[in-house]
Amino acid sequence: MGFLDRSRIIAGAGWNRWLIPPAALAIHFSIGQAYAWSVFKIPLEDSLDISGTASALPFQIGILVLGLSAAFGGTLVERKGPRWAMFVSLVTFSSGFLVAALGVATRNYWLVVLGYGGIGGVGLGIGYIAPVSTLMKWFPDRPGMATGTAIMGFGGGALIASPWSTEMLEAFGGDTGGIARTFLVHGLAYAVFMSLGVVLVRVPPEGWRPAGWTPRDDAGKRLVTTANVSARNAVRTPQFWLLWVVLCMNVTAGIGVLEKAAPMIQDFFHDTASPVSASAATGFVALLSLANMAGRFVWSSVSDVVGRKNIYRLYLGAGALLYLTLMLEKDSSTALFVASTMAILSFYGGGFATVPAYLKDLFGTYQVGAIHGRLLTAWSIAGVAGPLIVDSIADAAQRDGRTGPSLYTFSFSLMMGLLIIGFIANELVRPVNPKFHEPEPAVREEPLSPEETPDPIPAERR
Amino acid sequence: MADADSPSSNTAEAGGSPVVMAVAWLWVAVPFLYGLYQLAEKSSKLFE
Repeated sequence: MGFLDRSRIIAGAGWNRWLIPPAALAIHFSIGQAYAWSVFKIPLEDSLDISGTASALPFQIGILVLGLSAAFGGTLVERKGPRWAMFVSLVTFSSGFLVAALGVATRNYWLVVLGYGGIGGVGLGIGYIAPVSTLMKWFPDRPGMATGTAIMGFGGGALIASPWSTEMLEAFGGDTGGIARTFLVHGLAYAVFMSLGVVLVRVPPEGWRPAGWTPRDDAGKRLVTTANVSARNAVRTPQFWLLWVVLCMNVTAGIGVLEKAAPMIQDFFHDTASPVSASAATGFVALLSLANMAGRFVWSSVSDVVGRKNIYRLYLGAGALLYLTLMLEKDSSTALFVASTMAILSFYGGGFATVPAYLKDLFGTYQVGAIHGRLLTAWSIAGVAGPLIVDSIADAAQRDGRTGPSLYTFSFSLMMGLLIIGFIANELVRPVNPKFHEPEPAVREEPLSPEETPDPIPAERR
Repeated sequence: MADADSPSSNTAEAGGSPVVMAVAWLWVAVPFLYGLYQLAEKSSKLFE
């Protein structure tokens, strides 16, 4: 594939590793636009005469395809390298917008679903995992900070896209012509913006280490291994599935609040002397976005110092206590509610950003991108479960004539329970059994295709 | 920073240039700061 080939992006002399974070951010800031899809919902509903459920479908399909393409494309991404993966992400994410633009212009709703959700979703999944293992190879001394930077970009993407898309819709108009032009500009602009990542990304030469840094030989004590495990073997370990549970529980507990934030704060303080207006609720949603994004960088950087297991103890343990606080304090203080939910959302973001480094600690860097891709199926499940729990319980309580905090207290108790399950799963994580480790020569070569990956587990020991 | 953070070999690339570094970080920082500014404006509504 020439320009895109892994062999063409081995860094030469003087290639500074601090160029890799902006390369990763160029991709993640772009694909993070997905979280700002809601900006298009009302204009699409009005211009195509579709329901709210229908206008959400392109986003839902996009997140579903994200999980599937990350899970099934992860090994290919490891083999082909980050430039190839970023290029595929650029082409599919941008083409998704162009196909969706055609769909709106021709009033063909299913073309919008196919474009943004189906084609664009591949760009989301491949783009999400594209820079992860490369960043950890460049920053073996600070893997949490490195992946936290990129994954913070996914949170920050909506921050950029939400006002930008709104301004563009105001300029072009909210009819089919205006939305089509907006999608067209999005597709072209994101292609240009993402190209920085494709051009800049490099992999370090074999055996490269930051000057003055040596790996710590404390594998057994601190869960940090210097060995490597293939993606195929990783899914056979209990550690993978324990982390799957940890991620799923942490995401479910956060996404339920995130998805319903604006109506939730208004419902919560509805019966008090100082109810929260719709405009103030918008400000609350913005603060939660900030906490989600900051948590990705701050907590994952802290994990480099305190260790991955300890930081998840904080996310899950403190998160459960914060939900308990919300249940007990109810509507006594708006400030306490805002501070507690912001902390919960910072743990939600931190959980996403720290998990690649946790995987690297347990399984090594060999195929960590592919392992990460498989783990993201937990996100797909949580993305459905979290909103479903909060929405269905609140709807049922409303039908019973309840108002105020009682609409949410049962949901919060469930979230607390989920976080406790995640906490227990995290406690059960131990170093990976050496029988799953790759033989050293296989790791030194380029990552292999799934068919070629040697199976290090002797048949009699399986 | 370049000594500690760069591979060393006999070939040279533009990746050590401060100009490339500045352009790369500005490329991502400018839209991010725009987003942060818009966010600050929105979040202030909570305290009005």
